[in-house]
Amino acid sequence: MSIRKNTSLPHLWQKLLPWSLPLALVVLWQIAAQTGWLSSRVLPAPLDVLKAFWTLAVSGELWRHVLVSAQRALSGFAIGGGLGLLLGLATGSWKRVETLLDTTVQMIRNIPPLALIPLVILWFGIDETAKLFLVSLGVFFPVYINTFHGIRSVDAGLIEMGRSYGLRGWALYRDIILPGALPSILVGVRFSLGFMWVILIVAETISAQEGIGYMTMNAREFLMTDVVLVGILLYALLGKLADLLARSLERVWLSWHPNYQTR
Amino acid sequence: MYFSPEENSKVSAAERVINGAAVTLRGIGKAFGDRQVLHGIDLDIRPGEFVAIVGRSGCGKSTLLRLLAGLDQASEGELSIDGSADDVRIMFQEARLLPWKRVLDNVSLGLTPAFRRRAREVLARVGLADRERDWPSQLSGGQRQRIALSRALVHSPRLLLLDEPLGALDALTRIEMQQLIESLWLEQGFTAILVTHDVQEAVALADRVLLIEDGAIALDLDVRLARPRERASNGFSAYEARILSRVLSAPPIESSAASTDAWTPGIAHISFAI
Repeated sequence: MSIRKNTSLPHLWQKLLPWSLPLALVVLWQIAAQTGWLSSRVLPAPLDVLKAFWTLAVSGELWRHVLVSAQRALSGFAIGGGLGLLLGLATGSWKRVETLLDTTVQMIRNIPPLALIPLVILWFGIDETAKLFLVSLGVFFPVYINTFHGIRSVDAGLIEMGRSYGLRGWALYRDIILPGALPSILVGVRFSLGFMWVILIVAETISAQEGIGYMTMNAREFLMTDVVLVGILLYALLGKLADLLARSLERVWLSWHPNYQTR
Repeated sequence: MYFSPEENSKVSAAERVINGAAVTLRGIGKAFGDRQVLHGIDLDIRPGEFVAIVGRSGCGKSTLLRLLAGLDQASEGELSIDGSADDVRIMFQEARLLPWKRVLDNVSLGLTPAFRRRAREVLARVGLADRERDWPSQLSGGQRQRIALSRALVHSPRLLLLDEPLGALDALTRIEMQQLIESLWLEQGFTAILVTHDVQEAVALADRVLLIEDGAIALDLDVRLARPRERASNGFSAYEARILSRVLSAPPIESSAASTDAWTPGIAHISFAI
């Protein structure tokens, strides 16, 4: 994609180059913490964060929290994303369903899910259901809107061609409408995977006995900034992991698309 | 790989087996809202005949083809094709291949896996057997139209409708495609109806050229030339000149048609505005 003028740059060096700036920052940060310029109350040294990570990992506590958080995130994603997909397919495919539902969905969409927290606590208390509800709600809309849009933007000429070649009902859906909508649906999935963590972080910091959010809030109480940082880094890593997953889905399912073909 | 013209004369017009469908139109009319696009069309097409429909932009020729394909319903009149909907296949101006299916899967669209062998055979016939694993985005415009043609032919249609399928191709590819379509038509004996804005293409391929003007048939001319047709011959030029002068004698239907003219007259052939 990018125009490379300097082809003499070795391949490995080119791969490392994007990481050189973060690496330099971390080194600078370590020096600042060690010489006492930076109080550990503000930011602990990178090595201390690593140590905290190691201790938590060895004791198994870290994995318990990660597992709980991942479970919450994924089940929320499955419920909200699944519903968004189904409803998006329905409103995209049938004009009547759109007339019935779309106005309502568009109204609810403009309420930030986090604004519902007081209500959610009243409804579900502070246990798992509340977190599941919030994540599902946050994930629902990106998937719904992109699915709806994807179905609507399928080339009408291809649908007409399919009909004239005898495709009806499910066959038309499977061969033309769904694959045609897939690029847009995957955009929704990728967007909602990012949003999923944002919602979960907030939901877990309100009230929880387990999970990464609980771990960081608990550490804050005891001024353990190193553990707080471990939690923040974990969110970053998990977010990156979810994005990689979405990208590989795109690479497999959209391998026909000129944009995703190996150059 | 390109289609070689030598294969062209596999079957001569005389020894051709005809299994095409007959088409009958009686008083066919079509209106979109207040606008009457077609009116009073009476037409009999014999089984196995190759008919070309020419006319200026907006004359209703594509609408007529869409009625025959069952993509639109006529507002009035009777249309009958002696066959089922499965006997009729249409080829569009754009190839309309599914970008998410590989070439072979595009050709065998709507068929059971048992037909994949037949799909391979037809692909080989249009000279693209080695591209069956490719995505449509990896093919040229001419190759895509050949895939679209084989997709139509896998169904062994008895009536093949062609809606300006060669309009977007360059002059050389277009002549190659015309030869391919002619030889397949000779081999398989289907009825063919071709809508085109290219009078030379119509004379090169058709047994009969229809001119549509203001939504009605203005000229119905049999082309009595032996196949394969020699474009440089006097007879060919005479037919071409006669049809062209008839087309140009009538004033344009839409004044805007000329301004949207994407097709400039060339040396080798003269085209109308689409």
